[in-house]
Amino acid sequence: MNELAPLARASPAPATPAPAPALPPPRGPGLRLPFRLAWRQLRHEPARLAAALSGVVFATLLIFMQIGFMNALFDSAVLVQNSLRADLFLMHRTTEALWRSTSFPRARLAQALALPEVERVVPLYVANVPWKNPETGLNRTLLLFGVDPTAKLLGFHGLDEAAWQAITRPDTILFDERGKPEFGPIRSLLAQGPFFGELNRKRVEVVGTFGLGATFSSESNAIASEATFWRIAAGRNPSQVDVGAIVLKPGADVVAAKRALQALLPDDVMVFTRPELAQFERDYWANVAPIGFIFGLGVAIGLVVGCVIVYQILFSDISRHLGEYATLKAMGYTNGYLARVVMSAALILAVLGFMPGLVLSLGLYEIATAQIFIPLHMTIPRAAFVFALIFVMCVVSGLIAIRKLRDADPADMFR
Amino acid sequence: MNAVEIRGLSHRYGSGPTALTVLHDLDLTIPSGEVVLLTGPSGSGKTTLLTLIGALRAVQTGSCRVLGTELANADERTRVALRRRIGFIFQHHNLLGFLTARENVAMALELDPDLDEAERLARAEAMLRAVGLADKVDAYPAVLSGGQRQRVAIARALVHEPGLILADEPTAALDSKTGHETMVLLQRLAKERGRTVFIVTHDPRIHDIADRIVAMEDGRLVEPAPH
Ligand SMILES: Nc1ncnc2c1ncn2[C@@H]1O[C@H](COP(=O)(O)OP(=O)(O)O)[C@@H](O)[C@H]1O
Ligand SMILES: [Mg+2]
Repeated sequence: MNELAPLARASPAPATPAPAPALPPPRGPGLRLPFRLAWRQLRHEPARLAAALSGVVFATLLIFMQIGFMNALFDSAVLVQNSLRADLFLMHRTTEALWRSTSFPRARLAQALALPEVERVVPLYVANVPWKNPETGLNRTLLLFGVDPTAKLLGFHGLDEAAWQAITRPDTILFDERGKPEFGPIRSLLAQGPFFGELNRKRVEVVGTFGLGATFSSESNAIASEATFWRIAAGRNPSQVDVGAIVLKPGADVVAAKRALQALLPDDVMVFTRPELAQFERDYWANVAPIGFIFGLGVAIGLVVGCVIVYQILFSDISRHLGEYATLKAMGYTNGYLARVVMSAALILAVLGFMPGLVLSLGLYEIATAQIFIPLHMTIPRAAFVFALIFVMCVVSGLIAIRKLRDADPADMFR
Repeated sequence: MNAVEIRGLSHRYGSGPTALTVLHDLDLTIPSGEVVLLTGPSGSGKTTLLTLIGALRAVQTGSCRVLGTELANADERTRVALRRRIGFIFQHHNLLGFLTARENVAMALELDPDLDEAERLARAEAMLRAVGLADKVDAYPAVLSGGQRQRVAIARALVHEPGLILADEPTAALDSKTGHETMVLLQRLAKERGRTVFIVTHDPRIHDIADRIVAMEDGRLVEPAPH
């Protein structure tokens, strides 16, 4: 606030001056006029405004894409968990993630049945097995689920009554039509009727499809009945299951049942509710792959770049107009007023840059979803969150640029 | 009633052994309604005195009473409030390039919370008419000539009916004919409105507009040299 740089203040007047008559303190004219001044200044130079806005648009776009992909990855990681139709789940104590689970004795499920709240139990088996592309003959590993078709445990897209019915026949499987294309043109092959393929060097008949898609842990997926699973995943012990799904009686208290199961079962299994199971899987991926860090870095880069561009524009606007700012100070404009002008400019840039950034991001989300099968969803909380980031970015730029206002010394206007 | 009363005013720049005292124990009175010129060689301290009167610098020693406000020991708020009651005219016009002539003049009124936008613009336009720029109200400074810009600056310095108008070398950037015309205009408008004007200049051609001329040499007021 020391813009007048009072040099070494010597002793006051020898004759103590009479107290100054009470002047009305300078009243602030609110936010409207500083805002208007900022807008007039910005719009006067459209090319500079466009340059500043492009920085904000870039930051907005980058942040939306980073957050979009990060969430898509996390969502895909727990797609399976989120479509399991049961209330509680058992996994071996040492299991870290579904695709690399340690199996546990099927007897635990039988023990769980002893609990009165439990209606039924469903064992789920998983195995990573190679599928031979029927067109190219190349092998590629997919994730095979083995489950009782009548249990309807899996709620993946397209798993209807007919599909479950179809794999009750031995050596038949359902194939993931949303998997990577490297597994072959499953859908067009199936259009001509069921066809035979090779899964783990065993002949199987593909009798239907479902839609899950590539996830962190698998590039494609298939579903078989328990009997077919054991034949394909040779060497797997049928008495060892990977996930035990427990369906409770209607109205049962899930948390109480979970505690009862934990007390009832030996320590070699963990008990999860469904949200806990998804969180467990999410945590695994967050730990093994520094996803949050990598995408966080992308967001930070976007913010820093945006911040620098906005700061540059605001700073050079002040520097180039230092004389005008000093003139305004001489006319009785306060530092606070001029600071509000700069902050208004920052906020105008935030809003005007965010909007096209949002529209462009929506377009890129559409393209990502349609063209590369990574579902990116714009949600209102996400848009609000990104706007908040951009807003803070512009405010920070403004606050740094404001320091330059101190260089506008009205006493320097007279030289 | 005096617009400016200065008693025993001294000022120095810097501190310690490098301190430079540029004003020595000045006494000066400017009665309301007068047009006073301050002349003197470059470096004699004219601008320093003007910035002290204009509340742009803190008063160090002595008393400086402007429009009834004592500036010795005055805080920033008091000085800002006083500056709003002064009209400044600079050597360079210092108009805001992104505002039209009318908007520039209206800037002097935007600090008055009792005025609405329509009133501000109407008064700005009337003032521009008074300085002969009725046809330039919507022009940006970039398309105006130097003399026209300085007239806009005069309109800006007068529009909020300040008790005192301070100008530092207002003709320095103008050719002598335009400079003289501009100062005659300033003098006429000030006289019509009963405003006090204090102009720092070493342009002898504009001495004729003054009610009184004071001269400065090495930080002291002296008898003006006859011209
Ligand atoms: N901000 C400043 N800091 C230090 N010295 C200054 C400053 N402004 C002016 N001076 C010095 O004070 C003296 C008086 O300057 P000034 O008041 O500008 O005189 P004038 O306007 O008559 O030319 C000069 O020697 C000048 O170098
Ligand atoms: Mg000077």
